[in-house]
Amino acid sequence: MNKPLTRPNTYRSGPDAQGKFGGFGGRYVAETLMPLILEVERAYAEAKRDPAFHAEWRRLLTHYVGRPSPLWFAERVTEHLRAKAAPGHGARVYFKRDELNHTGAHKINAVLGQILLAKRMGKKRIIAETGAGQHGVATATACALFDLPCTVFMGATDVARQQPNVFRMKLLGAEVVAVESGAATLKDAMNEALRHWVAHVEDTYYCIGTVAGPHPYPAMVRDFQSVIGEEVRAQMQAAEGRLPDVLVAAIGGGSNAMGLFHPFLDEPSVRMFGVEAGGHGIETVTGHAASLTGGRPGVLHGNRTYLLQDENGQILEGHSISAGLDYPGVGPEHAWLHELGRVEYVNATDAEALAAFQLCARLEGIIPALEPAHALAHVLKIAPTLPAETLIVMNLCGRGDKDIFTVARLLGEAV
Amino acid sequence: MASRIAARFAALRAEGRGALIPFLEAYDPDRATSMEILRGMPAAGADLIEIGMPFTDPMADGPIIQAAGQRGLKAGATLGGTLAMVREFRGQDDATPVILMGYLNPILSYGAERFAADAAAAGVDGLIVVDMPPEEAEVLAPHARAAGLDIIRLIAPTTDAARLPLVLNASSGFVYYVAITGITGTRSAAPEELEAAIPRIRAHTDLPICIGFGVRTPAQAAHAARVSDGAVVASALIDTLAKSLDAEGRATPDSVRRVLAQVAELAEAVRGAR
Repeated sequence: MNKPLTRPNTYRSGPDAQGKFGGFGGRYVAETLMPLILEVERAYAEAKRDPAFHAEWRRLLTHYVGRPSPLWFAERVTEHLRAKAAPGHGARVYFKRDELNHTGAHKINAVLGQILLAKRMGKKRIIAETGAGQHGVATATACALFDLPCTVFMGATDVARQQPNVFRMKLLGAEVVAVESGAATLKDAMNEALRHWVAHVEDTYYCIGTVAGPHPYPAMVRDFQSVIGEEVRAQMQAAEGRLPDVLVAAIGGGSNAMGLFHPFLDEPSVRMFGVEAGGHGIETVTGHAASLTGGRPGVLHGNRTYLLQDENGQILEGHSISAGLDYPGVGPEHAWLHELGRVEYVNATDAEALAAFQLCARLEGIIPALEPAHALAHVLKIAPTLPAETLIVMNLCGRGDKDIFTVARLLGEAV
Repeated sequence: MASRIAARFAALRAEGRGALIPFLEAYDPDRATSMEILRGMPAAGADLIEIGMPFTDPMADGPIIQAAGQRGLKAGATLGGTLAMVREFRGQDDATPVILMGYLNPILSYGAERFAADAAAAGVDGLIVVDMPPEEAEVLAPHARAAGLDIIRLIAPTTDAARLPLVLNASSGFVYYVAITGITGTRSAAPEELEAAIPRIRAHTDLPICIGFGVRTPAQAAHAARVSDGAVVASALIDTLAKSLDAEGRATPDSVRRVLAQVAELAEAVRGAR
């Protein structure tokens, strides 16, 4: 059922009117939800054309979030890698510092856009799903700012292992619902948020945290997150007078990666790597969360994309050291770019991410989240093999405060 | 040859009553028990039978049917196994229509064309695929049509006038009216809501209309069958089955009997409704 994929004139025109990127994406939802997602689509199309909407979003990004986030030349990481590289090798490594955003990750970029949309649509309350809690915290934050009631669905397993973020959400005035169904992690939280939305269609807006879900969410979240790549383009021009050569970003659902990549998709000189969570290694069944390199296409949560699933089409649980990456699916636009070969999808294991996490802290004085630690792990692999003039940008999409307990436990330290 | 679904609704119309459509989840809590419930349903008064195909992530289902699906999967349910149940059932009953209800991913994994052909060959009459709105039906609908299977579509209270013809045009067999904006087994619609909703749909289609979601009691089933052409009862039956299981979730000698007794009670109410 795959439509043959032909190489497009542009990689940036998707999705089509059906919400498809090639054969991926779409609107695979129950009839009760169809009128709602069509309403979100219409409202977003209008908002997109309204300069006042953009102006308000930009104002929030500048004065509330603290954008643009810096583009940091990671000199010590670069020197460290050059020491191991052949002469004339060892790329220049830059970090896009989205961990410096208010709330500590890139999630707030798309949340503010969506909350402004919800206000425009006259919605009275907000729901969201969250895995590690970063999207939940960002949504709770925006809801506090806009005085909207907020309910965050979070798998009971994640509630137990991400207590600091649960408390943050509560401080911000949100209600956190611990989801007990299934394996009680991110995919179950998303199921429950969709179920809740079906039952509260009149007054509720569902703020999705990644570039997945039914159309228009993958495109809408991408559009908001593209602020990351747009800033990188201007900042790299200022720093080096040209485009970057290589972009690297971690992929769970894929929103930080899509935001970095999208503005560069039509620049043939720019190579892109999406780094999935390799967990214990992608050869282990249910031991990883690498949907693109270890899964196959299917339909879940409203879109057709690559999924971790068994031979009967039942969805498998992902595993990753990072609670933000252990989602069994991936945004449909990534699935399309994967099949076209425009973006190279690779993976980094738990152990590689953990090593990169520590290296980043010691060399740059930055404690990254475990999600971008996967991206850094790939940078550590490729940078020494590339010529010294190569410019790499890695999306440092979140800070690691939330992960210090997990890391301490893995390193055998008591905190 | 008229389909079993069309034939059954024609016969019910002649009788002047609506249909009782009980639901069971395949392999819940094990294959033998669910097979015995399926076999017993026509005699208990089922006019059509809906069988749930377990899926790990049933987006439109409440806790009761979610749990049934998980029990079914634990007991080894697959689409192939579910089709084999229907084939076995057809050995004793060639008249009662069987509808399979499920989600798209296991069907795509099985192969949409092969699934439609195998389902028809097993004696299935119609499919309800919850997460396949008309906009996304191309993956399965042509194969279902070719195999002679009806695609039964859900109409929700949120389905507006503009959208109604699109959904109805993509439907065959009968139309399934979702009585509430919500998930299965949570709450029930008020009688007057149903009395207003059904004529709105009736104005656009000649297909039979059945009501599900929140139809739990004999009185509710009787009312639904009176204002429409049939009542689907799912969570209430699954609830009875679940409560009959032992502490390890295994069937007890009482399980089948209690479920079928409830079907009989519902059937009696539906038959007395007009």
